[in-house]
Order: sequence, then C-alpha cells, then structure tokens
Amino acid sequence: MKRLLLILVLLSVIPSDSLGVISSEGEAAVEKSTPLDISGVIFSHVGDAYEWHLMDTPWGSVALPLPVIVRSKTSGWHCFSSGKLEHGASYEGFRIGESGKVVETTPEGEVRPFDLSITKNVVSLILSSILLAVLILLSARWYRRHDVLHEAPKGIAALLEPLVMMVHTMALENIGEENYRKYSPYLCTAFFFILLNNFLGILPIFPGGANLTGNIAIAMVLALFTFFTVNLFGNKHYYKEIFWPEVPVFLKPIMPIIEVMSALVKPISLTIRLFANMLAGHIMILCMVCIIFIMAKFSPVLFGSMTAISVIFGLFLDLLECLVAFIQAYVFTMLSSIYIGLAHAKE
Amino acid sequence: MNLVTPDTGLLFWMVIIFGLLFFILAKFGFPIITSMVEKRNAAIDKSLKDAEEVEAMMVAAMKEHDEMIAEVRRAQSEILKEATEAKNTIIRKAREEARAESDKILSEARVQIAAEKESALRDIRKEVAVLAVSVSEKILREQLSSEAARKEYLDRLIDEAGSISTDIKPEEKVN
Repeated sequence: MKRLLLILVLLSVIPSDSLGVISSEGEAAVEKSTPLDISGVIFSHVGDAYEWHLMDTPWGSVALPLPVIVRSKTSGWHCFSSGKLEHGASYEGFRIGESGKVVETTPEGEVRPFDLSITKNVVSLILSSILLAVLILLSARWYRRHDVLHEAPKGIAALLEPLVMMVHTMALENIGEENYRKYSPYLCTAFFFILLNNFLGILPIFPGGANLTGNIAIAMVLALFTFFTVNLFGNKHYYKEIFWPEVPVFLKPIMPIIEVMSALVKPISLTIRLFANMLAGHIMILCMVCIIFIMAKFSPVLFGSMTAISVIFGLFLDLLECLVAFIQAYVFTMLSSIYIGLAHAKE
Repeated sequence: MNLVTPDTGLLFWMVIIFGLLFFILAKFGFPIITSMVEKRNAAIDKSLKDAEEVEAMMVAAMKEHDEMIAEVRRAQSEILKEATEAKNTIIRKAREEARAESDKILSEARVQIAAEKESALRDIRKEVAVLAVSVSEKILREQLSSEAARKEYLDRLIDEAGSISTDIKPEEKVN
C-alpha cells in the first residue's frame, strides 16, 4: 500500500516539474488533432436523449432506438422510431434540432411540437419503477405468506425491512401518531424511488446510466407530489397560520403573502436540492473521467499520472455519490414528512 | 440550457408512472410490510413485558419457596426439639413408673414376706407349743409317776391358782 502511494506521488510530481516544457509542444499537438468536445460529452451523458446510446464501436455506435411521439399543430399525432432521426436525418417533417429536441420544420421556421416521446429517461423511469414495484411486492408477498411472529424475514424482505421501517418511523416521528399511517406509503414510495434511481444513475452500463433524479422534471414532479400532499390535506390550524396568523394587527396583511411564498418555495427548494445534488455528482464523476481524455492529448507521462489520479478521484467521487444517493433520498423524505407534519400540527 | 427546463414529455410520463407506482405500492406494498412489522414489534414488546412479569413472578415464587423451606426447617427443628422433649419425658415417666412399680412390687414382697414370716412363726409357735405340751406332758408323766408327787403337784397348782385369784383379781372374786 505504501509502495503504491509512493509510486503515485512520484508520478504526480514528475510531470508537474516538466509541465512548462511540455505544454508548449502539447498545445500544438491539441491543435493538430480533432478538438475534444468535453462539455458536449458531459451534457449528453447527464441529459435526456431520444435513443439509448449503449457504446461506441469501431463500426459505429450501438444505440437502442426509442419511440418518438409528437403532436404537430398542423398534422396531428406522429409516432416513429428515433432511428429515423439519426445523424440529423429528417422524417415526416421532424428532425432533432440544435437544442437536442425534436423540432418540426414549418413554413414559419422550426417549432417545437408537443412532445410525449418515450425518451431514455422515460424508459429508465419505466424500468426502475417496474424493478421497484417487483422488489417491494416480492417483499410484501413474503410477509403475506409467512407468519411474522414465528419467522425472521429472509431475502428481499430482510433487505428492505430496515429501510421501510426507517421511513415509517420517520413518518411517525415527524407527522405524529394520529396521521402518520396515511402518509407513510407516500414517503416510502418517494424514498425508494429516489434511492433506486440515484443508484441506477451511478451505474454506468445499460439498466442504469440515465440521470433520472438529476433531471429537473423528475425532481419537480416529486416535489409537487409533496406540495399537493401537504396543501390538500392540511388541517384548519395550518391554513389559519397561513392566512390569519396570530400576529400584531399591522402584520396581518403581510403575513399571508410571506406564508404563501414560503409554501411555494418549499417544493422549489426540494426540487433544486435533489436535482442539483445529483446532477453535480454526475458532472463531477464525468469530469474526472474526461481528464483522462484531455491528458491523452498531452505527454504520455502526464497522461499516465493523471489517469491514476483521476481513477482514484473517480472512485472517491463514486463512493461519495453512493453516500449522496442515500442522503438525498433521506433528506427529501425527511423534509416531506416534516412539511406534512407541519400541516397537521395541533397548536 | 435544457438542463434546467423541465420537458413536458418527461413531466407527463413521470406524473403517470410515479402516480401508478405510488398507487400500486401504497395499496399492495408498504402497508402490508409496515403493518406486519408493527404487529411483530407489538408481539415482541408484549413478550418482553410478559417475560418481565414471569421473571418477577419467578422471583416471588423463589422467595416464597425459600420462605417455605425456612419455615419447614424451623418446623423441623421444632418437631425435633419436641420429639426430644417427648422422648425425655417418656423415658423419665417410664423410669418413674418403673421405679414406682418396683417399689410397689418390693413393698408387696415385703408385706408378703412379713406375712409369710408371721405365718411361719405362728406355725413354729404352734409346733413349739405342741412340742412343749408333749414334752411337758412327758415330763409331767415322768414326774407324776408316783402318787405322792401327783398329790404334791396338785396342791401346788391349787395354791398357785388361789394366790393368783386373791392377788390379781379381787373384783372378779366379788362378782
């Protein structure tokens, strides 16, 4: 272990001494070869796509074509394979525009049609939801088929029980004895959905790889579910606190504005916290990987040493992401339960 | 930047799929798991409480048991003491009785011996009297073989008889 560290330190020291010498030659080398589109690589990895790109081979890229479902204002619904739009091809008047979204070419120019395509993220969403449903239903089946009073849970039930009970207990603590049962299933669903998709996002190969929880639409829907759960089922006291709180008279007209703002900001903060954390984590890992390709353009020594460093940092960030995956799921669920608890407070 | 603009398509599918997932899991998934685990927790709590109660009961029973043993020991020693006392009294009584009995037997024996002695003496006396009479008869017959002796003896007897009556019993004479 010590020897390994020594080698790494040496590898990282040598190039830094000779960096000044290399860089002038290196710049020329970079200019000669095709420039690397690092931001393009990163954003294509964290963004959505109309096809599921699996890998690049010497004979071309392998991608899973997905259905494109669009509604044009003039010609109505269209449904076709994304394979038809590959390499900027146009099909039925649609093509993938500069923004990476399908656009329709009309006499007035390019317009965005109403787009309900089954994109990479939607497929990932469907797969992970099926996986989650199967896991939870298998676990529930164990409980239905066995006598819990005489048998310890085994397999999937034993794996999920501590997590389910963690969320259930959190609901009990934050919402209270009276109402927590009603909200516990929602909190559990949100927690497991976020956790599973966070982990699948870290996986670089096929079933994973889609940056689902780092997508603002997904985080927004989750936060809106929490928002409606809080605001549709709040008790009288909660609404009184918002619209007619017990404050000095001159504050009475201002307080509702502040309270409504705070109620609206809560889902926004939930959305941004989840989406930004996950997106940032993915981008950091991708940057670490991209360093290798950037350094390949420079000298072999720099390439070798930076590869070792970026692999180690990449591993560190991957482990950090595993932690963040859990923490974000936990934080989202905990804040949701606290907001629901506030809407059910007695006095 | 399309990273911060939510897609309508993704929003639409997310609402539908997450809603469906929530419906399925909230109906068939989580409540079953949580209710079963809560049931088990309640059972564990109950059995722990029961175990505590049983332990308390056992401790009480042990105490009772110990008390009973002590009680029995005390009773045992008391009984032993009583038994020893009873033994001693019985022995003493038996001794006393034996002594009394032996005393009685002895005294009876003494009385009998005395009686025997008395009767023996009486027999001897009778015998002696008879002997004396026969001896004296023989002597008398020897002495009174002659007429003269017989006469003299009779006279003496008469004299003696007469002196006795005048000396000792004047009243009888009067009567």
